[in-house]
Amino acid sequence: MQYLTSEEVRSLELKANEIRQSIIEMLTEAGSGHTAGPLGMADIFTLLYFGILKHDPKNPDWEERDRVILSNGHICPVLYATLAHAGYFETEELLTLRKLGSRLQGHPHRTSLPGIETSSGPLGSGLSQAVGMALAERIDNPYSSKFFYCLTGDGELNEGQIWEALMLAGKEKLNNLIMIVDRNGIQIDGYTKDVMPLEPLAEKLESFNFDVQEVDGHNVRAVNDAIGKAQAVYSQPSVIIAHTIASKGVDVFERDFRWHGNPPGKGPEDRVTKDKQAEVALQKLRTLAGTIEAQDIS
Amino acid sequence: MFANHLQPNLSPETVERSPTRNGYGDGLLEAGKRDDRVVAICCDLTGSTRTDQFASEFPDRFIQAGVAEQNLASVGSGMSAMGKIPFIASYAMFSPGRNWEQVRTTICYNNANVKIVGAHAGVSVGPDGATHQAIEDMAITRALPNMVVIAPADEHEARKATLAAAKYEGPVYFRLGRSATPIVTTAETPFEIGKAIRMYTRKESNEKKVGIVVTGSLLFNALMAAEEMNKEGVGVSVLHMATVKPLDSEALIEFAKEHGNIVTVEEHQIIGGLGGAVAECLGENYPTKMVRVGVNDTFGESGEPDELIAHFGMDIPSIMNAVKKLVD
Repeated sequence: MQYLTSEEVRSLELKANEIRQSIIEMLTEAGSGHTAGPLGMADIFTLLYFGILKHDPKNPDWEERDRVILSNGHICPVLYATLAHAGYFETEELLTLRKLGSRLQGHPHRTSLPGIETSSGPLGSGLSQAVGMALAERIDNPYSSKFFYCLTGDGELNEGQIWEALMLAGKEKLNNLIMIVDRNGIQIDGYTKDVMPLEPLAEKLESFNFDVQEVDGHNVRAVNDAIGKAQAVYSQPSVIIAHTIASKGVDVFERDFRWHGNPPGKGPEDRVTKDKQAEVALQKLRTLAGTIEAQDIS
Repeated sequence: MFANHLQPNLSPETVERSPTRNGYGDGLLEAGKRDDRVVAICCDLTGSTRTDQFASEFPDRFIQAGVAEQNLASVGSGMSAMGKIPFIASYAMFSPGRNWEQVRTTICYNNANVKIVGAHAGVSVGPDGATHQAIEDMAITRALPNMVVIAPADEHEARKATLAAAKYEGPVYFRLGRSATPIVTTAETPFEIGKAIRMYTRKESNEKKVGIVVTGSLLFNALMAAEEMNKEGVGVSVLHMATVKPLDSEALIEFAKEHGNIVTVEEHQIIGGLGGAVAECLGENYPTKMVRVGVNDTFGESGEPDELIAHFGMDIPSIMNAVKKLVD
């Protein structure tokens, strides 16, 4: 397990902040898309691509790379922004999001953009694909050190297919599979506890033969440690339930399910009027006036 | 006149029968021996889909996924992303029926090299009844970009289609039947994805002409109907369209020009399957009078396979009636 120094943690947090700014800029330019999930997962994406993964942005098809399978495709702005900041393509291209002819489709398309492992959007199928990849790897190389990271939402866990995939992964003891659940507690229609209660989630996942950890999804060091432990699990697949704050980093958007599917400029107006939403979000991120700063100090 | 690469002396009394799924079982085993990238995933129907031969020969390359067809499709997609050639097998009603969206997004949109094997297609599934008789599978797969759709006619062709699918790079769907289907072709009958084959050529001296375009399990009935109709004075030929997508439009248009009347025959809804595909092609290129033989916008029901084929109007007399409709 790789230990992160305070300087490394600080540098990852600053990178995550840059990625959040890119997310706001690209969503504002697109005029549609999802805000809450991408902002909430920026810390984890940054940690993966700048701290954890074996990958090569200049050789995205490198056989030995770890795989990141984004199952909840609607949070792709964070994937695109992270890939661009990691050097897969120019950050300028982020502003083409959702436009005709763009490689940055509204939901990811595998063959359009380097670094995209699968097409996703319809919820629930990414985990199955990660299971398939992990199974294939085990056939070819049972002692491989390649890991398959599958990122899912929590609302996404409503999908029956997720539980089909969990059954197979548990049965096959896929220890090269690491699932990370974005447990932000919101989905389109409201809070997950109201729309479709998931708890006791950890116990449910344990009963499918998964090694389960729960972690603060914005504590980079804690997530890093959890992934390290998951990599070391010997005979089970792993899941990390990452407790995150929807729209993390822009305090006036945080924890509000109405930001699930709206871009800045089209979100709820009780705290910031539409015409000021993009500007305020960027200002909050630039000055670290959101809750990021409080956490940095702690 | 029958094509010379078919079984000799074809007649309802003497023809041998075997389920097309047997050909798949043999073909999969052979494909697995030829290429170690071939893997099989099955949903608790390993014996019934004839995936069992492969599973016992290559246990490390076989995945038992349980009764979970949505997972089946996407696990196949994931395995193909790592370079495998997955054959995913279940009943057509469940795959590509139940898991159509996963087939669309994770297989076709990804252009994943997955082979979808839909067993128990058609009403000839028999006593299990309508819930298990897939008669819409070609319509729903044909509408998907990147997808190849094949309906093998018999055991030999199912074997060849399996081998061809393993070699072809990209998504392929092929359907199989449960009951014993007349064996019409031989090991020598040519098979190529996307190529229609003339299986019967009309008697030149018959003035009235009708071309039968058939796919899958009803090839034998189409051939018998053609033989009878030629005796009755109508020049009927048979074009076997094993690949419904991509349609061999060149061969089809030539066939329509030669005969001026077309009957399509399939064990499937007449909406969206072969009949739909032929009508689309001819409507744009060479408008031709047509009659479609198949299930006419209704569900199947329980019964013995032959009874059901007759009940739903796909037996030899029904095909002859369709021909007569065009020339009388």
